[in-house]
Amino acid sequence: MMRSSMAERNLHWWFPLPAILFVAMLMVFPVLYTLYLSFTNWNLTSGAPMAFVGFRSYARVLSEPRFLHALGRTFAFTAAAVAIEGLLGVAAALILNRAFVGRSVAKLLLLLPLVATPVAVGIVFNLFYDPTIGLLNFVLQSVGLPPGLWVTHQRTVLASLVLVDVWQWTPMITLIVLAGLAGLPEEPVEAARIDGASEWQIIRWVTIPMVMPVILTALILRLIDALKTFDIIFAMTGGGPGYASETLNIMGFKYSFEYFRMGQSAVILVVLFVVVFTCSLGIMRLRAASET
Amino acid sequence: MKGRFWPNVLFYLVVGIMALVVLFPFLWMLSSSFKTQVDIIAWPPKILFEPTLRNYEKVFDEQDFLKYFVNSTIVGTAAVGMSLLLGLPAAYSIARFRQRKLAVFILLARLMPGISFLMPWYIVFSRLDLMDSYTALILSHMLIALPIVVWIMSTYFATIPQELEESAMVDGATRQYAFWKIILPLSGPGIITATTLSFIFSWNNFMFSQVLSMEKTRTLPIAVYNFLSYAEVDWGGVMAAAVAIMAPAIVLTMIFQKYVVKGLTMGAVKG
Repeated sequence: MMRSSMAERNLHWWFPLPAILFVAMLMVFPVLYTLYLSFTNWNLTSGAPMAFVGFRSYARVLSEPRFLHALGRTFAFTAAAVAIEGLLGVAAALILNRAFVGRSVAKLLLLLPLVATPVAVGIVFNLFYDPTIGLLNFVLQSVGLPPGLWVTHQRTVLASLVLVDVWQWTPMITLIVLAGLAGLPEEPVEAARIDGASEWQIIRWVTIPMVMPVILTALILRLIDALKTFDIIFAMTGGGPGYASETLNIMGFKYSFEYFRMGQSAVILVVLFVVVFTCSLGIMRLRAASET
Repeated sequence: MKGRFWPNVLFYLVVGIMALVVLFPFLWMLSSSFKTQVDIIAWPPKILFEPTLRNYEKVFDEQDFLKYFVNSTIVGTAAVGMSLLLGLPAAYSIARFRQRKLAVFILLARLMPGISFLMPWYIVFSRLDLMDSYTALILSHMLIALPIVVWIMSTYFATIPQELEESAMVDGATRQYAFWKIILPLSGPGIITATTLSFIFSWNNFMFSQVLSMEKTRTLPIAVYNFLSYAEVDWGGVMAAAVAIMAPAIVLTMIFQKYVVKGLTMGAVKG
């Protein structure tokens, strides 16, 4: 019965080959090309020929206050969004982790923000935030608080955008942690209860430690996406007012497709790539560690 | 259950508040889409009003949203279909031959910032005269769909016992025949999960389409965004457009709820 054709023996490489070629063409080659462009001064609008300038584009962009602010803002936005989403998401999962009437409806509701088109979500929140006709200022004034300027003011714009991200993505953490909780063994909880531990003690010292790897993975998945947040910022503020909500992704987009300074935009993209790549490596390490 | 009454009331109160927070933006969007401009800018905001279909007429008659709807459907369907074609064999190979490095390589397309591919694509597609073409748009959306397909399906294939193909192969079938005739027919749930999720992500994509599509191939998210920028104060129209773009994804999610949950939580939770 030894009847194994060439095709079958090499299946492990020709089966994935089309996918590999596709990713190489559409991801690897473009990333290398971006890297190459970051060492040039290419500007699509100037008409001047592309020249190799070494690290001069890096020196130029990296010393620009606008870039440094965008970098800081990217981290600030990500840290705030992920921290709040983590706290609320885990708390919601712990609350919902029991049998109750309407549990399946609750789960469906959790899915809705996750599948809602981000651009449209941003627009709906702009209606809430509108300083003159928005519902939020109406609520604030009804309870005697001063109205806010939300996304129209430099000081409040980033926090207002974080709030939208929190609304949309907290359910992601809740769903992942709920799935993690469902897979936990029941014996440790039972044992702690028999030993007389309170509900809070059980959650704090038994449940949370057991589900911690899942929580961490959920947080890092969110972290990677939060670093790249584009749609809601672009649709709600376009990076404004001024540059007050400009993150690296938005700045890179503007340099590429509004100013057409390809060399400098490539520098921004390389930095964003390195930031996200470093965080992604973290995820792989963490997953590997939690699997052993 | 004596003494459980008040905790239960508290519990349902908390759950109710959570549900309201999640639902409220949808409800407000929906109700605003049936309001006239006068009712929308009314102060205090109106809860009760006389509904109008005028906003939807504007969106579908004057704005040609049907065309963008068709474009989004074409791009999403083609991108998901091609991604299944490339991704299913790759996922099978990753699952059966434990090709972890290959899995990571394809997954990078999901993790890396899309803009670092988009700028070079823009240059290349312009040179090839492929701007505003379905080809360019579908290729770019495949880079969204393929990692999702590979991720979900390699996890799914790993749960199918190896013995199934092996016994067929002992009987003389080739492995590729066993994949087609035995494994794929058993993979319905996984394929539904991968298809639904990658279609929704393609449907919602804004950045790639914003750069690569123009009048001919414009997709819905871009149409909604453009509607906002030149009809700045027409909130009713914008809300109707927002409803129109979200409705299909939400209906898909309701139909395939179980699969969507599985797809979104897969990978973070082992097994």
